[in-house]
Amino acid sequence: MLEATKEQSSDNQLQSMSARDSNEFLAFTLGNEEYGIEILKVQEIRGYESVTRIANSPDYIKGVINLRGIIIPIVDMRIRFNLGNPTYDDFTVVIILNINGRVMGMVVDSVSDVTTLAPSQIKPAPEMGSVLNAAYLIGLGTLDDRMLILIDIDKLMSSSEIGLIEQLTS
Amino acid sequence: MTIDMSQFYEVFFDESDELLAEAERLLMALDIENPDPEDLNAIFRAAHSIKGGAATFGMTDMTEITHVLENLLDKIRKNEMALTMEHVDAFLEAKDIIKMQVDGHRSGGKVDEDVVSEMKAKLQLLSEKGTSPAVAAPVVAKAAPIVAAPAPVAEVMQPAVAIPEGSKKFVIVLPELSEKDVSNLADELSLLGDVTRVNDAENKVSLTLITEEGADDIVAICSFVLDPDDLIITEQTVDQAVAKASTNVDDDDGFGFFEPVAIAPVAAETQDEGFGFFEPLENKAAIADVVPSDSTTEAKPAATQVEASVEKSAAPKREAPKPVASAETTSIRVGIEKVDQLINLVGELVITQAMIEQRIGAVDHVLDERLLNSVNQLTRNTRDLQEAVMSIRMMPMDYVFSRFPRMVRDLATKLGKKIEFVTDGASTELDKGLIERIVDPLTHLVRNSIDHGIEKPDVRLAAGKSEAGRLALSANHQGGNIIIEVSDDGGGLNRERILNKAKSSGLPVTDTMPDAEVWQLIFAPGFSTAEAVTDVSGRGVGMDVVKRNITAMGGSVDIRSAEGFGTTIRIALPLTLAILDGMSISVGSEVYILPLSYVIESLQPESADIKEISGQGSVVKVRDDYVPIIPLHQMFNIEPKYTDPSKGILVVLQVEDRKAALFVDGLVGQQQVVVKNLESNYRKVAGVSGATILGDGSVSLILDVSNLLRSSRQLHADTATH
Repeated sequence: MLEATKEQSSDNQLQSMSARDSNEFLAFTLGNEEYGIEILKVQEIRGYESVTRIANSPDYIKGVINLRGIIIPIVDMRIRFNLGNPTYDDFTVVIILNINGRVMGMVVDSVSDVTTLAPSQIKPAPEMGSVLNAAYLIGLGTLDDRMLILIDIDKLMSSSEIGLIEQLTS
Repeated sequence: MTIDMSQFYEVFFDESDELLAEAERLLMALDIENPDPEDLNAIFRAAHSIKGGAATFGMTDMTEITHVLENLLDKIRKNEMALTMEHVDAFLEAKDIIKMQVDGHRSGGKVDEDVVSEMKAKLQLLSEKGTSPAVAAPVVAKAAPIVAAPAPVAEVMQPAVAIPEGSKKFVIVLPELSEKDVSNLADELSLLGDVTRVNDAENKVSLTLITEEGADDIVAICSFVLDPDDLIITEQTVDQAVAKASTNVDDDDGFGFFEPVAIAPVAAETQDEGFGFFEPLENKAAIADVVPSDSTTEAKPAATQVEASVEKSAAPKREAPKPVASAETTSIRVGIEKVDQLINLVGELVITQAMIEQRIGAVDHVLDERLLNSVNQLTRNTRDLQEAVMSIRMMPMDYVFSRFPRMVRDLATKLGKKIEFVTDGASTELDKGLIERIVDPLTHLVRNSIDHGIEKPDVRLAAGKSEAGRLALSANHQGGNIIIEVSDDGGGLNRERILNKAKSSGLPVTDTMPDAEVWQLIFAPGFSTAEAVTDVSGRGVGMDVVKRNITAMGGSVDIRSAEGFGTTIRIALPLTLAILDGMSISVGSEVYILPLSYVIESLQPESADIKEISGQGSVVKVRDDYVPIIPLHQMFNIEPKYTDPSKGILVVLQVEDRKAALFVDGLVGQQQVVVKNLESNYRKVAGVSGATILGDGSVSLILDVSNLLRSSRQLHADTATH
């Protein structure tokens, strides 16, 4: 338990830490691929509701919604990474993330389950031309015959690839 | 157990800030000739509290200087030294230095040690040289009874001070024991509380123990050394003490506190001295307040009098170092984020309530009358709740005003002017966010008034005015705005000079401009008409910043001035930043909010009034003006309902002196909206200043009008080059 809390507190050590400790991941799908993110970054999961478009923003930023009084941006991962068909219906799922106090929504095709992965089940991500740069991956999780692409959601959401947070350089 | 003291640092710093501000306020208000002892005490207590806090947290540098300051203050408030202007100046300087130290500890900033030690030396010097016998003489006479009985006082202090609340006093009479056993026992018992050893006349030893534990614990401890049956433990109550004191005054040091009872007239004096040995004057006052009967009961039997004062003895003692205790209980310190969260939640509630109200429109008014009534009540309650919650963020203008008397005094002295400073409406409340941002502009205006507005005494006399200039700062509510005025009875603005200066700076002016427009010229960047640049003001930087800051807060500034009679600068500010009067407009399927303060008018133009300017977009003729049209759909890439301005609506906006007509599809309505920050979870969006939540729970963006005006010009410049 102590180890787990420690892990939370030092996000940048996540990669090395996760090699040692087992971790819970939320599995979701984008197109045909199954992804996983650390469950502790997930605040809640809700259905897709209409968003308010933000003018002149990239197409994968769908807009903003009112989440109980706070305004949060919604990012459609399917558009950002060209995975699956961006359709919006009653079954479209938004994962609300809380990353270092910033709240944001991430649209995915579906959410399957929460899985616990032991360090031995997490293999390093191969350096290949995947849609996601290997720098944003924790590794590949294997669970029976499933394979989860484990995303380092902290890094990804803070990166210029998403552009949710103003970059100091720009 | 170690306690992490750092968690209390912030409280101490805040408290110190408040105490310093309070001390400064009192110092400024002091009448040098005839200072109010209560004020002197209050200043002393502020210094004392800071010293105590600093010592607790181990900030020795602060302890040292406050100690010296405290000494000097103590002499003055005890009338051992006459208060002079020199003292007040020194105290004010010392206050600044302590403030610097507090800030240094708080933010790790640099503290100029030289200044600190200089100040210390200065205070010390003042403290030594001021004690002239002439001044001290009457005081000594007054203090004589106290000083005359130093011996009993010294003995008395110990037990009197040592009875904390919730403790009991036990007298343990021991059987004959060896000296070693007695001291062992005393050591053991000292773990429970304070032990005083008393040797009885008959060679018996008794111990007096003041502890929160019960008699059983004492027996348990004593039983290690002796047979508990030989032990006589009596719990000492006040009555017993009195009885004993009256019979056995001399040989019982443990109850020596009551000794003076035998000499009734001295009793009152001694008690005062006993409880508050470091603050005798204060305690006297405190006792007088708490037990007004105390001093008049001297004629009553001694026992009752003692009883009364014993009961009160602990109270003044505890109160003395913390005089602000009563003030504190009426307010609590809460983190701003908690308040903001509360405001957010209430905002949500208001929206939910609005949603219910919308739905209720569809129900049958006869069948569901009771439901409708309940909803009406909910509406009222929600509105009350919202008002109450919003008022938490409100702070009195006194927070700003209180820092000016000092500044005015310093500046006036520096510039050789005489100024009478008055404030009005200090209790007017304003949002905390705004109040902090108004400080700088106001400081600037006040400085300006002192430097340029109010003339030197000789000039004033020559002009037939009183020697001392009058500077007034006032605040009051007008509708949804707060009006803050800085007015002086000085020379007023010089129209000629401003116009000349404007001409030479190449500003577009005419000699026939109305006064109001001429005065606005002083807000132009780099504009100063001061004859001489001083280090106070006159460099021409500032007035434009003042104007910009106030505009950024959604406020406006205007000036009234009459040559020879003075100048009044009037600032109008919205009460809060959190709520904005908005006009909702629609473009395509989207709804945006325009801050109403920028809107001048809305119109549907005739086709003939719209002129195309090649590469520059189009303009519309509004009466005699040509106003550039900003098509919002083009700026925001929206599919609009209309592309012809004559079919849609033009909203004429004004930012400072620039006008533009925003082309939208239609007007939706006008409403108050709660402003939400976009940047807390997203980032800044060009052309958008924030967001709000509409009655149906959806988000609507608030347009940043000045940004739109700027970027529309950019847009045209871009299209022109293409």
